[in-house]
Amino acid sequence: MSKEMVLVDDKGKRIDGRTSEESREIKIEAGVLKNADGSAYVEIGKNKVLAAVYGPRECHPRHLQNPTKAIVQCKYNMQAYSVDDRKRPGTDRRSIEISKIVSEALENVVLTGLYPRASIDVYIEILQANAGTRCAGLTAASVALADAGIPMKDIVASMAAGKADGHVLLDLNKEEDNFGEADVPMAIVPSTGEIVLLQMDGNMTREEFDRAIELGVGGCKKIYELQKDALKRRYSAEEAEEEDDSDEQ
Amino acid sequence: MSDISKRSPREVVVPGDVLDDGNMRAGENTYLLNGEIRAGILGVKRVRQNTVSVIPLGGRYMPETKDTVIGVIEDVGSSIWMVDIGAPYPAPLHVSEVPWKVAFGDTSKYLSVGDVVMLKILMVDESNKISMTMKDAGLRKLEGGRIVKISHTKVSRVIGKSGSMIQMIKNITDCRIFIGQNGTIWIDGEGVNADAAVEAIKMIDEETVKANLTERVKEFLENTIPQVEDDKEEGDE
Repeated sequence: MSKEMVLVDDKGKRIDGRTSEESREIKIEAGVLKNADGSAYVEIGKNKVLAAVYGPRECHPRHLQNPTKAIVQCKYNMQAYSVDDRKRPGTDRRSIEISKIVSEALENVVLTGLYPRASIDVYIEILQANAGTRCAGLTAASVALADAGIPMKDIVASMAAGKADGHVLLDLNKEEDNFGEADVPMAIVPSTGEIVLLQMDGNMTREEFDRAIELGVGGCKKIYELQKDALKRRYSAEEAEEEDDSDEQ
Repeated sequence: MSDISKRSPREVVVPGDVLDDGNMRAGENTYLLNGEIRAGILGVKRVRQNTVSVIPLGGRYMPETKDTVIGVIEDVGSSIWMVDIGAPYPAPLHVSEVPWKVAFGDTSKYLSVGDVVMLKILMVDESNKISMTMKDAGLRKLEGGRIVKISHTKVSRVIGKSGSMIQMIKNITDCRIFIGQNGTIWIDGEGVNADAAVEAIKMIDEETVKANLTERVKEFLENTIPQVEDDKEEGDE
């Protein structure tokens, strides 16, 4: 949009020093909340996302119950302080859309047939936003689901690709998202390679789009490893704490 | 569970992890994808004979026939009580399944909201509807005491090998303890002893599979109880 803003320099470096194929720094932690059945905290660059899962439990309101399978109800919410200007709290059109696509992505992996009439509730809270929160939210939500002990086929991994300054880039940051040409968030089921979420905001050629998918899938696979690591670390961490306790006694 | 941990190092698996390339039989909490057996839940991998399965590390309690559970009455109807047993589905206790003759509408005379009951799961049908009974040996309303809730996956640890753990806690603390398969535990005993028993059970819940847990809980109890009793004597003086 703006011609003066240089998002990718001559050497292919981006404004935060990354190359086009590099994602931001990722930190994932599982089981951070005590009162929820499962939870996860994710940081991707400046994004900070908390996800909590309850269930399976009785579905309310009743008319949403499905007699053949459980439903995944997702609530994506941005905190008032998550963006530069205060975000007006509450549900808006954007959060309804994201809640819908995230729950649909998760329904692909959760073995919903095991819990007819039940509801699995996922709450995603965006504490700090810097482009790519729906991907960070979905990443956190699937770790939280696994942490809650919910039967599922795989963990959904999600990351965005996009285009800025004519370059196809992985994991856009806020500047690249705002002043770039396109944003393509996606989510995959790593074991099958299925794409369970794909959106595009902006314009790209077919070739650029293919490249974006290629980059995005690569990014998702990287996220996937970190998700698995976070879950496994949680249970080995418990053992480490246990040893500390025994020393005290 | 403890005997498994000794047999092989426990391997934590997450959903989607490949457990075997298909030479084995797919057991509980696993599924087949392109000939590979994959984990269907977060848990610990278990290989028994020719079957590979996953033991869940968490999750909600799903009732099974013949389970003994402890629940709290959460609602009273004219011919049923709704009991909170921590399951994903409502758990009704019908008047015909209690050891008393209850006239229609008299339900609250026998059990009211907040009462604790020990029940048995009669059946969970294919649509996951739960039916329970209180008409069996040992099943009753539990008066007094207190409740500790732990993960249902840790119940076998609290009981221990052929009851060793729970017997040890009962002996040391001199408490009456009932354990529900749903992870709800009822404890009744004298003040400090009951406190110690509660702490011991919470300790078992927090600490994952590890050797000599029974020993460590015993040590904890023996250290806690005499110490607190000293304080009590001082208080009496």
